[in-house]
Amino acid sequence: MRKAFISALREVAAADDRVFLLVGDLGYTVVEPFAQEFPDRFLNVGVAEQNLAGIAAGLASTGKVVFTYSIGNFPTLRCLEQIRNDICYDRAAVKIVAVGGGMAYGSLGMTHHATEDLAIMRALPGMEVIAPGDPTETSLATRAIAARPGPGYLRLGKAGEPVVHTKPPPFTVGKAITLSRGCDVTFVSTGGMLAPVVQAAEQLRRKGIGVGVISMPTVKPFDSDSIRAVAEQCELIITVEEHNVIGGLGSAVSEVLAAERGMGGGLKRLGIQDRFYDEIGSQEYLRAQAGLTAVQLAETAETCLAERRSPGARVGKPLRKRQGSGTREQA
Amino acid sequence: MASDTTAVVELARKIRVDVLRMTHKAGASHAGTSLSIADVLAVLYGSVLRIQATEPEWPDRDRLVVSKGHSAAAVYAVLAQSGFYPRTWLDTFCQDGSRLAGHVTRGVPGVEASTGSLGHGLAIGCGMAIGAKRSRRRYRVFVLMSDGECDEGSTWEAALFGPHHKLDNLVAIVDYNKIQSLGSVKEVLDLEPLAEKWRAFGWSVQEVDGHDHEQLLEALGRAPLAKGRPSCIIAHTVKGKGVSFMEHQLAWHYKSPDAEQLREALQELEVPR
Repeated sequence: MRKAFISALREVAAADDRVFLLVGDLGYTVVEPFAQEFPDRFLNVGVAEQNLAGIAAGLASTGKVVFTYSIGNFPTLRCLEQIRNDICYDRAAVKIVAVGGGMAYGSLGMTHHATEDLAIMRALPGMEVIAPGDPTETSLATRAIAARPGPGYLRLGKAGEPVVHTKPPPFTVGKAITLSRGCDVTFVSTGGMLAPVVQAAEQLRRKGIGVGVISMPTVKPFDSDSIRAVAEQCELIITVEEHNVIGGLGSAVSEVLAAERGMGGGLKRLGIQDRFYDEIGSQEYLRAQAGLTAVQLAETAETCLAERRSPGARVGKPLRKRQGSGTREQA
Repeated sequence: MASDTTAVVELARKIRVDVLRMTHKAGASHAGTSLSIADVLAVLYGSVLRIQATEPEWPDRDRLVVSKGHSAAAVYAVLAQSGFYPRTWLDTFCQDGSRLAGHVTRGVPGVEASTGSLGHGLAIGCGMAIGAKRSRRRYRVFVLMSDGECDEGSTWEAALFGPHHKLDNLVAIVDYNKIQSLGSVKEVLDLEPLAEKWRAFGWSVQEVDGHDHEQLLEALGRAPLAKGRPSCIIAHTVKGKGVSFMEHQLAWHYKSPDAEQLREALQELEVPR
């Protein structure tokens, strides 16, 4: 994936002279062609990720589109607060790229496994989070995030991932890519798990089970509509990610489904709705802005109940129970 | 220089008066740390910075990143005094529905970075400075830091970066008031020899009395101090400067002046010195 990334980035940089690449002293045999082609727009800041993120923010404030590149958790967790305060709050055009998403650095050990990054990046207001499923998606995602305003996180595998899409699929940030449909089970996959998921689906189909496969490169903003549609059509959804099951793709899908139908009861999540509070005031004042005062909580509960109980409400319906089994591929 | 100094002295006095009124009304902390930079801010905004209050995002403006974001009262005061927004905004400092938070925050005209977590500003300044170099723009980048944030490793990451990339459009100012959150710098984590550390990292260093307007005007006025490397101006200051009962007092990092203390403090300040 890293080769697909750098090759796409070179094309992007050739067409847009605002594009910079900053690395934290990593990227051997990957970033050199960019550095040679665009020496004025390349910078190795050294082994200093907080500085990497801060410089990127400062540079972006002068009108540049800045890609930061390192491996594992170094460009994310090591400098998380710089990403939050200096990049996300200011909606800076900084695109953070991590190579080695999941356990791509396998035997190098836990320090090199990026297995909470999707959850943590996803929790930052304004951050777009993309984990491409194969080199083809990587190339498309690189071009796409370069063209978007504000911050983004591109989580790559490493090298040698199989090409799943033999021709480029339609790619839009925030949209699922449907590879196949099936009534029994649908795999929703993010990142490099796409190839094993496609193989698993083939095995199941040979047994006569109707299997769908959705690649979900964008973990945020999330394609809730696609998940709702699959839930209507398919008995079981299985999310697959090389990441903690807390906070990543599985959580994003759960959040959609729980709000839609839940455990027969429904769920409304009150809190801070993925934003920073730039309004100023006391805790009580800010809670009121967020709808979190006692009066507001009671009001919201009543409104939600009334909505659920009104005729024709689509919330609260249980997942459709399927009868029997067998292959039921849909058109 | 003489007329410059007179105007700057008056601006510094006004900043102090505003800081005291703002922290009193809001019940806000950080009066002491705001007072310690009043003279530095007065010299920067009164004489040094090339800025346009009517066009805060003017691309060729000098940038000031106030990395010690807790000194927001002083920063908001000098921005109002410089015409970035009406002085009536200052009356709302930290109040419900205000535009002015207790830490320096983007969105307020004239503010270049949201700070409040220490150790972020110098890296942001490095990014702005290298942006200027690579775009062949001539603006300068000033970063105003606290002594306490010289404890942060990220400060020294940026301190390595600036000289390596010959950022002679970058000027760090350390407000060396010798008191940090829980005690004196000497007791908590000694920075000495501070000037030698910056020199060793490759910066051109000048130490000044951070309340002496002539010295500040001389040093900041001619910054960058040297060609081919960034400048560090270590401003020796007094926390709480200008109000006798606040000077050198750790407590005024936290306390907000009550009505009687405000009256006393303003009495000291209304007399031009």
